Amino acid sequence: MIKRAIVLLLCTAVIVSLFTACASSGSDNKPITYNMGANPKTIDPHLNNAVEAGSVIVHCFEGLTRKDAEGKIQPGMAERWDISDDGTKYTFYLRDAKWSDGKPVTAHDFVYSWRRAVDPNTGAEYAYQLWYIKNAQAITEGKMSPKELGVRAVDDKTLEVELEAPCAYFLQLTAFPTLFPVREDIIEKYGDGWANNPETYITNGPMVITEFVVNEKIVLKKSDTYWNKDAIKADELVFTMISDPASELSAFEAGEIDFADSPPAEEIPRLKKEGKLTVKPQLGTYFYCLNVEKPPLDNPKVRKALALAIDRQYIIDNAAKNSAFPAYAWVPPGMPDAKEGSDFRKVGGNYIGEDYKKNVEEAKKLLAEAGYPNGEGFPELTLLFNSEGGHKTIAEAVQEMWKNNLGINVKLDSQEWAVFQETRTQGNYEIARHGWVGDYVDPMTMLDMWHSKSGQNDARWKNSEYDRLIELAKRSGDQKERMEAMHKAEEILMTEMPIIPIYYYTDLYLINPKIKGFYYDPLGFKVFLYATKK
Amino acid sequence: MGRYIIHRLVSMALTLFFIITITFFLMHAIPGGPFTREKPLPEAIIKALNEKYHLDDPVWKQYLDYWKDILRGDLGPSFQLTNRTVNELIGLGFPITARLGIVAIVFTILVGVPLGILSALRQGKWQDYTTMFIATLGVTIPSFVLATVLIYFFGVVLKIFPTTSGRLTRPIEYVLPVIALSGYSLSFIARLVRSSMLDVIKQDYIRTARAKGLSEFKVIYKHALKNAIIPVITYLGPLAAGLLTGSFVIEKLFSIPGMGGYFVNSVGNRDYTMIMGSTIFYSVILVVMNFIVDIIYVMVDPRIKLMGTKEG
Repeated sequence: MIKRAIVLLLCTAVIVSLFTACASSGSDNKPITYNMGANPKTIDPHLNNAVEAGSVIVHCFEGLTRKDAEGKIQPGMAERWDISDDGTKYTFYLRDAKWSDGKPVTAHDFVYSWRRAVDPNTGAEYAYQLWYIKNAQAITEGKMSPKELGVRAVDDKTLEVELEAPCAYFLQLTAFPTLFPVREDIIEKYGDGWANNPETYITNGPMVITEFVVNEKIVLKKSDTYWNKDAIKADELVFTMISDPASELSAFEAGEIDFADSPPAEEIPRLKKEGKLTVKPQLGTYFYCLNVEKPPLDNPKVRKALALAIDRQYIIDNAAKNSAFPAYAWVPPGMPDAKEGSDFRKVGGNYIGEDYKKNVEEAKKLLAEAGYPNGEGFPELTLLFNSEGGHKTIAEAVQEMWKNNLGINVKLDSQEWAVFQETRTQGNYEIARHGWVGDYVDPMTMLDMWHSKSGQNDARWKNSEYDRLIELAKRSGDQKERMEAMHKAEEILMTEMPIIPIYYYTDLYLINPKIKGFYYDPLGFKVFLYATKK
Repeated sequence: MGRYIIHRLVSMALTLFFIITITFFLMHAIPGGPFTREKPLPEAIIKALNEKYHLDDPVWKQYLDYWKDILRGDLGPSFQLTNRTVNELIGLGFPITARLGIVAIVFTILVGVPLGILSALRQGKWQDYTTMFIATLGVTIPSFVLATVLIYFFGVVLKIFPTTSGRLTRPIEYVLPVIALSGYSLSFIARLVRSSMLDVIKQDYIRTARAKGLSEFKVIYKHALKNAIIPVITYLGPLAAGLLTGSFVIEKLFSIPGMGGYFVNSVGNRDYTMIMGSTIFYSVILVVMNFIVDIIYVMVDPRIKLMGTKEG
């Protein structure tokens, strides 16, 4: 009886699977399935702070500017713009674009949206992306009313923006989700919940959401009202929420999803060998943060010795196993320099030599100069990391290297993620693991973190010359002057070494070879707007 | 019976009270909060968020407010998913977990009990050895290993079953997670039934029944099984609670958006309301299940007294 039931069940199962397999073939351009990993906290362009949800948002909305299939900034909602001679005033002229419910996109939409984004009561975690606009920071800090934001709708189609200081990458920022427009009437009516429901998720971009199943999937379809809809190739996208990396890989290998971007570390060597893995440089750096208030880490020579005595390539190949690029400086490659097409990293070069043996010799010398020949008398420091992910194996490798090369002992300690972040922010550590990924494509996104007034300066390092250079680069509208200042600033940072860069992040992903036209945004967004799957 | 039930209800309420209180204060004692970020938020934003969620009140006030809310059945807004309430999320997640859990329980009983009987009746024969060999494997192999093997073999290699099950909308999506989820309990029940069956068959009343000339079928299913099943019922309470609230690992591996994920993720995210909500929910189910089992227990076996001593 039972046997029969099982056989019956198996038969039904096979038949059902055959049916569903047949059902999906038919149309020319098949839906593309991307696994975004988990249910996004929100897909409200202003409230979002996660790159996965950012991928949904860049498909659905469009800012004053947009990125094309090559990543170049193109006119978006704004057809054209004027910039004042001093670089602090932008006038945007909007095109005749429509929202997905047919209403026109106006300059008032932007005024409302940007005020909302900087208003502390909105709780937008990326509000600082708008702080280049006049009074924005003061508003987020609660010192001014959102009405005082330096943005004005001259008429329905003209938007005037006043900046605090010239900003060389402002047109790039206008293509970032936090500066996208949202609809006042919708948010007034439905509150923050507007973004949870496909019917109230009114968009102005290439796609709309047709289905949102919590913890399972978001389905996107091409929008009929988008001004540039002829350029959009994808008809339907399905963003799934498979949170376990191993399950994600199984689903990819079984052909159930087309795109997987969190392959399990232990499978990476195999996937690389099979040629399935794509490696893209990401705008971020994995590093160790040194608390310069804790002796002997207050001595730059000690800090430099620690930084030099690490074999970065070994860590990447044997501990992290993530195909990353060794970091011999702070700012990752991929950031533009002053000259068109040049790279900030290439222009600046390395600050730590690539010759590991030579580095170790120098490290020994520096440590001796600091008063600890062969590590004698060096106190036992604690290296802190968060227990999630593969940070432990990296820490163990570094521990071994410092012991062998410098004769110093380091204790390893791990904490759960939220506890760890709090410990690090409060400065209750000696050496802590850290990672930083840029928010926009300019070296400033990495460098202003170490300004003495920065909230993210967990190393507690202060250098007035560094501060001066950062402020200069922020104020200046001249790219050459800015870049020069930032190169100098980075040199100071790498001489003082309050941080130890280990590797530049890479994004690893698997993509169905049938998909053509996929675009990887260096900020981490996965863009399928111009992709087709035959 | 009435007095017993009242007594049990009071102790259930007390248990829940302590669970809620202890969880609440432990949760607030661990460092980090729902707004801890790798990139720290501007202070004014944290302040506004804390105000919005009343996290700026003293903990004792938050505790009292929380009681006011849960007595109205309101578990509060989720910190993790903007503008969704914990009630809504449990409402979305629990039916899925429950469907999977019920199918797994039914599967466990329908397969586990007959297997146990079969191997008891064929003690020492190949049926017995085969069943017990499989049952030993089932008890020792962790569910996530079984799940991974099933996914790889039937999903990736043979492509018979989907590797992810989603919201369990199609029957085919049940097959692998149900097998993985019931592997352990099924084997456990088979062993349990076997040993208690062997125990029961040797008893005098079975001999009497056989001597009366009853058919073997009647002897086994009417007389022996009734007593042999008691240990299974004891085990069913916690089993049902466990399966109904979700095996986190199985749900994660098959990407089933049930209750399981809420437990673990909420702690990592410091999603305070969800930590409390899922804990309360789980506790209620566990306490109620145990209560029901105790009642059934008494109904099945009159030898069991309701209260051990006069005072209980």
